[in-house]
Formats: sequence, structure tokens, C-alpha cells
Amino acid sequence: MRKETILLGHGSGGRMSQELIRDLFMKHFGGEVLTAETDAALLELPPGITVFTTDSYVVSPLFFPGGDIGHLAVCGTVNDLAVSGGSPLALSASFILEEGLALEELERVVSSMAATAREAGVAIVTGDTKVVEHGSCDKLFINTAGIGVLDPQYRGISHARDVQPGDRIIVNGFLGDHGVAVLAARQHLDISGAIVSDAAPLNKMIGRVLEEKVPVRFMRDPTRGGLATLLCDLAERTSLGIELPESSLPVRPEVKNICEVFGFDPLYLANEGKVVMVVPAEDADRTVALLRQDPHGREACIIGTITHDHPGKVVMETEIGGRRIVDMLAGEQLPRIC
Amino acid sequence: MNHFEAFREREIVQRLTAEIRRISKRPVAFMEVCGGHTHAIRKFGIPSLLPEHITLLSGPGCPVCVSATSYVDQAVAYSRLPDVIIATFGDMIRIPGSTSSLDREKAAGHDIRIVWSALDAVKIARENPGKRVILLAIGFETTAPVTAGALQYAFNNKVENFFIYSAHKIMPPTMETLIDEGVPLDGYLAPGHVSTITGTSIYENIASKYGKACVIAGFEPVDILESILMLVRQVEEKKPSVEIQYRRVVRPEGNIPALRMMNEVYGLRDDWWRGLGILPASGLAPREKYARHDAERMIPVEVEETIEPKGCICGEVLKGVKKPVDCPLFGSVCTPATPAGACMVSPEGACQAWYKYEAKV
Repeated sequence: MRKETILLGHGSGGRMSQELIRDLFMKHFGGEVLTAETDAALLELPPGITVFTTDSYVVSPLFFPGGDIGHLAVCGTVNDLAVSGGSPLALSASFILEEGLALEELERVVSSMAATAREAGVAIVTGDTKVVEHGSCDKLFINTAGIGVLDPQYRGISHARDVQPGDRIIVNGFLGDHGVAVLAARQHLDISGAIVSDAAPLNKMIGRVLEEKVPVRFMRDPTRGGLATLLCDLAERTSLGIELPESSLPVRPEVKNICEVFGFDPLYLANEGKVVMVVPAEDADRTVALLRQDPHGREACIIGTITHDHPGKVVMETEIGGRRIVDMLAGEQLPRIC
Repeated sequence: MNHFEAFREREIVQRLTAEIRRISKRPVAFMEVCGGHTHAIRKFGIPSLLPEHITLLSGPGCPVCVSATSYVDQAVAYSRLPDVIIATFGDMIRIPGSTSSLDREKAAGHDIRIVWSALDAVKIARENPGKRVILLAIGFETTAPVTAGALQYAFNNKVENFFIYSAHKIMPPTMETLIDEGVPLDGYLAPGHVSTITGTSIYENIASKYGKACVIAGFEPVDILESILMLVRQVEEKKPSVEIQYRRVVRPEGNIPALRMMNEVYGLRDDWWRGLGILPASGLAPREKYARHDAERMIPVEVEETIEPKGCICGEVLKGVKKPVDCPLFGSVCTPATPAGACMVSPEGACQAWYKYEAKV
């Protein structure tokens, strides 16, 4: 059945669909639940609060330095569960394919999803495939939904209810790599692989911090809108201020340079393998050390402090010592980055 | 590794601000006329480093901000014509027109493409021989030579379906008009990149006729602070002149080949500036020789009547007589996500720079 491209018949529900499912999706995703071929996946969840999320992926181009749309589709959803304090268990994967898509490209994406799911220790348990006419979508869109369980003691993490003045803000590494990697791929910039996307499943790294009983008070991943948008939302939500010295922000010199040329601000660039944590001051160094034990947290550092001052606002001390407000991203810096 | 860092060194910044504080005695207001300066001043928090009595005003130097609403309306009308592709630089597509904008037209399915260089638009024309490609040519002396180059290339290579819709403007008339209109300023932080092309001669009147200080400034914090120091010195010593701070890029004579190319392709015409109205000989239009690539001459189109946004004070903000925060729409009706006026659309616009970074905190 190795036809070269996706045809409308692959989405018909008939024999061609069956073959595509068996020879491509089943082959890579495998697993007991999926291969049972029931209409819905039957899952037995361990005790706790169920966490559930969904996200769609439309990144262009499909392949970029350090990742591809499939890798991203697993990382994004796994990370949404993990930053809520949950343990991701299972994913769904829905594909919208454009007629004419090379089967070889689809297979690379599917195999990359399978590899990332294995790294994260989650199973892909259900899915769907639709094919649309040429021009009705751009090659390939993916939706994943994820389900996991949350220990009730962590239920405050996503609400930021317990954040207090004096708490420290931590990030697990360099900011803006994903945004710049996609920009470079799209603009055909030859930066010789200097910058690759940071997309990575963070559930194991975050799990380690929680297992070590760090009283994490807030967590979120700075994806679209970047760090600035996340922190502005946190300041508004808590009615507390945030102090952010620019000199403490981890940004690769290469990323900084490209931002200068294109007029982007790394604070607003998307990340796909980063988590921002708020922890009590006395736990900050220990948290950084724990994060650094993980391959995805080698450059973890403290980037800011929660304050009583300027409630609801993020204030930056700029690299030259000036002071200014940091605001949310308005509009798009770069469209279709995830 | 990062060649910008030398111009952002804290120690040098501190030395410069200390020197400004030491010699600056009387209240002064300086205007930066370039949107790039507005953005850098706010982004680095420079006002927070200056003494209270030094005021920085933002002037009419953001190309999309000074463009007329009627220009957007005409671009919108072009985009609705059959077989037309609009090629534009990014910010332009969000500028509100009278009843629509280019991003709305794009969403409605009209072919509007963002380009990073004027030559990309020529490439689109070559790849789409059945379509008419119109480049929205905006900007000052910095970008005019580039679109002139693209136009010349299309002319020489007979890319007959490539057109330019020019809103190019030149800087000197507006800088003099602002002083004539009585905008209270003591000197200009003159635009570094415009000056790279034009050289220093265009500012001679500012110092000799009007007696105002004038320093051509670079865009890094150290550049800007050193330029402010030079302006303060001119004011305190009562010796107005045209000085170049941005020496690593700007030559007194300018970029002669670029000027030649600009003059070969474009001629001066009266042009409309937001906030200032029509200024004589302040705009650039393709010369007769290049008429067949001029959208205004070659592509007739019916344009709706202009409606200016109610309550918006972009005009006064661009003149430096009002601050963005003085506008009743600022931050409520008008935000970067929902801009009412042009100055809120571009990162170089005074309103967006104020909204994003605020003056002092």
C-alpha cells in the first residue's frame, strides 16, 4: 500500500483508511489500548484528580531544527499536564491531512510522535484521521488531548493561589530558542544549526522536583507569548508585583543577535521545553539544583522575585540599569510557531 | 560575542548620566524624530536615568504612523481588485483605515503578502505573471533608495506587472515645520539611519536658521545617552550646531550612490502627514520615466471617503505637543491589540512604546 502521497480515499473510512491506520499509526504507536481498536479507549486511572487538556498544532514548516510538528504535538500536551502538577498518562492524536501530503513526511512525523511519547512515558491510546482537499489545510495539522492524574496536594499550583511576596521565580534554561529556530527555518536563514528548538517533554524533570517535596506555588510553560506574557498574567492574577532584572534572564547570545536583527524581543518568543516555577525563597537554590540534574534543566536559574511593590505589574531593571514596565504580547510576533 | 554589548555597558551608561546631571542646568526638551529611537529609549528605560528637567518628546518619525488614513484606504481598495497581489512590510497591515484594514482584507481572502525586502515583491511579480503586484512603499530616506533599487530593477528587466504605491517621505520639511509651529523644543536627536543616506547637510537650517541643537544619534543606549549629553552641552554653551554622534555609520556627505538612485527614480511632491497636514515638497513619487510602474498612475481605483478615528490625538502626539497618556482613548479603547490610531500599531509608534514600556516606574 506504500502509495507516495495522501489521497482523499485515505480519509474515507473505507479500506484505504484501514490500511493507513494499520500500516502507519498502529505500527508506530502500538500499545495495548490502541491496538484493541475499540471506538473509545478504555482507561483505568489511578486515584487522584483527573487533569485533562487539549491543543492543536499548525506549525509551519513541519520540520525545523530540533523538532517537528509531531514532537511538538506530544511535548505541548504532556507539558500542559505536567505544569499543572499532574502526571500525564495517555494522549489522543487526531490528524488533519492535506491531500497530496507525502506519505514519507507523515511517517517521519508519526514516528517522531511515537519516540517522544516513549520518552515521556505516555501512551497514545486513541486517534482519528481526516483528509481534506488540496488547499484546505497546510499539509498537516495535529490535535492532541492528554489525560493524567494530580495529587490533590498540588491542586493550588495552576491557580497561583499560594504565591507570596519574596518568592523566587525560576526557569529551567535558555529563553526563545524555539521561536528563533522556527523563524530561521521559515526564512531559510543559514544559522548552521546554531539554534535548535527546545521542545521537550518536561514531566519527568517536574516530577522529580515535586517528589523532593519542593512546595511549588505556581508553574506554567512559557509557550506562545513567551515569558513576558506569562509573568504579566501571574502579576495580574495574584495582584502582586514582579521584579525582573534583565541581566538575570538566560538568553543565548545567538538568539539575542537574531532578535536584534529582526526586531524581536526574546521575552516574547515562544518556548516549548521550558517551565516557569515560583517557589519560596528558601527552596530556590535547592530547586535549581534539582532541575539541573535533568538534561532539560542544565541551565536552570533564578530570574526574578515576587514583590509587594507595584502590584499587578512586572517591572524590569534593564541591562543598562534603567527601569521599565514589561507588558503582555499584543498581536503576533510570529504566526504559526506551534 | 555580542557586538551590541559594548554599547550597553552599565559603567559607561553611569558615567554618561553622571556627566549629563553635572552639566545640565536648565529645563530642556529634546525630540527624537526616529521611531527606532522612540522604541530604544522606552525599551531600555532611558527616561528613568535622566534628571527630571530633561524631557524627551517623540516626533513624527515612524513611517506607518505618519501615513495618511487615505493611503490605507487606497491600499485596501487595490487589494480588492481582481488579479492584484499587495506586498507590504509587516506593520502596515494592521493600520486602521476608514472602514477596513489590510489584515481584515487578508482575512477576507484577498492576496496580501508580508515581505521583508522590496526585492521580494519583484520576485513575487515574476512568479505571478498573470497578477499585478503592488508594493506599498513607505518609509523615509532610509528605505526610499531600496524601493528605488527594486523599481529600477523591474524597469531594466521588464517586470511589467510590478508596481509601487509610494508613501515615501523625507525628513527635513517636517523637522522645520515643527519648529515653525511653535512646538517647544530645544534640540533634535536626529535620525541615525536617515542620516546615513542623506549626510548632515539636510539639518543645517535647524542649527543656523532656527538656533536649535542637533545631534545625529545611534540606536544603542550608550549612543542615545552620549547624544543627549552632546545636545545638553550645545544648549548650555549656547552653541547650536549639527554634530554626528553615530560616527561609526554616518558620514557628513551621506551615501552618494544611494542618494543618486533615489533622485533618479523619485521626484518631490507635496504630501500629507498625520498631524501636520500637507507639507510642500515632503513626499516622493516615481518620476515620469518610471510611470509604468507607478500604481497611482497605472491602476485606477475608487477609494472610499476618509473617516478619521474619533477622539484619537495621534496627530498631536506625532508633533510632540501631547503625550500618548493625554489621549482619552489611550489604554482603554486604544491598545496594541485593538489600535484606534496608527501610533499604537507600530512598535516604533510613540503610543505603543509608552503602552509597552511606560515612561517612568
